[in-house]
Amino acid sequence: MSTSLRNNQHVVLAAAAGCLLLAGTSLAFYWVPNAPVEGFRQRIFYVHVPIALTAYACFGWAAWKALRLLWTRERRYDLESYTAVHMGVIFGILTLVTGSIWARTSWGHWWVWGSRQLVLFLVLFLFYAAYFMLRYSVEPGPRRANMSAVYTLFGVALIPVSFLAIRLAEDLVHPVVFTHDVQNRLTGSQLLTFLVCLGGMLSLAGSLYVNELTGKRLDARLRELREALQ
Amino acid sequence: MTYLGDVFALARKDLLLELRSRDTVPAMLLFVVSTLVVFHFALPSDASATAETGLLWVALLFTALLGLVRAFVAEREERVLDGLVLAPCDRSAIWLGKVIGVVAFLVAAEVVALPAYALFFQPVGWELVAAVALADLGLAAVGTLLAAMAAAGRARELLLPVLFLPLVIPIVVGGVGASATDDPGRYLAFLGLYDAVFAILSWASFEYVVTE
Repeated sequence: MSTSLRNNQHVVLAAAAGCLLLAGTSLAFYWVPNAPVEGFRQRIFYVHVPIALTAYACFGWAAWKALRLLWTRERRYDLESYTAVHMGVIFGILTLVTGSIWARTSWGHWWVWGSRQLVLFLVLFLFYAAYFMLRYSVEPGPRRANMSAVYTLFGVALIPVSFLAIRLAEDLVHPVVFTHDVQNRLTGSQLLTFLVCLGGMLSLAGSLYVNELTGKRLDARLRELREALQ
Repeated sequence: MTYLGDVFALARKDLLLELRSRDTVPAMLLFVVSTLVVFHFALPSDASATAETGLLWVALLFTALLGLVRAFVAEREERVLDGLVLAPCDRSAIWLGKVIGVVAFLVAAEVVALPAYALFFQPVGWELVAAVALADLGLAAVGTLLAAMAAAGRARELLLPVLFLPLVIPIVVGGVGASATDDPGRYLAFLGLYDAVFAILSWASFEYVVTE
């Protein structure tokens, strides 16, 4: 059972992503009542926040693989960490886009410096975009793998530190939904929809990750074979 | 030799090299003063004190970058780093020695930059001096590690700023906050936290950056 699951990992993940995202979208549009203050437009919450959390999950996964690489010095973790950062950057860009749309509908501007999450994702986007610069400018090999791993670990330290910095620097404009304030707390239906959407996004990221990793491994193998032939 | 003995020997090497060749610190001094002059003309005449503080921090950041780009030049061109890695000392001592050298360069630049800022713009308070001192530690700690990474790449001078700037945004927040608000304590504490987190992380991970 477990081997068949492992062999069909990408199919299972893709199917889960498809079902959960479809279910989540229909729940978000047809089931959840309008939010009291923000009304219909609050529904972008069910897209934006799961994407943002998925991006964090990807960066966290990348850092975990980076830590494993430094720990065990096994080469395969390098590719896994790289792929996870790759996925994280894609979801990070989507966070910026959806957040920007939300800011436009809520506050009338495409970009709001007072919105902590948006600013944080901009910093992270710049940081992880530099990761690709680093990888492309250093010769492939164990040293590049180590450097990328160290840089990825810096990323997970940067997330809370930047968050604190932005909190210190900014005023409160972004609607904080996860507060202990009674009026702002998620209701049961909202929480369920949110969790379904989050599950969908995570499976989508997992499915993309598995596919991308397979492709990158094939690429690396092909390159090795080509070099062996020359 | 003890660990600290190694560190001081390496820091002394950097300082001696600079004392003899004099190519980094004079450039940093000239750069920071000319940046301040440029900022005077870039700012409108009725600019607020906060804007001037912010620009001082930008000037300090780019001056640090100038010094860091040069930090591993000798190591790379004369292949000193290979020798150091082979030497029977802890690799993190290489990092610590270099950090001491970079902090010394930064302090040398700021000893000129802060009085120049006071002369050109506005008086300098103790909060600004404390924030600059804390920021130097963070800039040197993170910058040295990234400079070692960038030194291994092809486009080193281009790579370092791209790696460095996103990582030091919190330092700018802390620095500007400490020197421009009424409550500097919080921001100074934040700078201290940043220094501690990233100094420990850099100290622990430097070995992996220079070895295979």
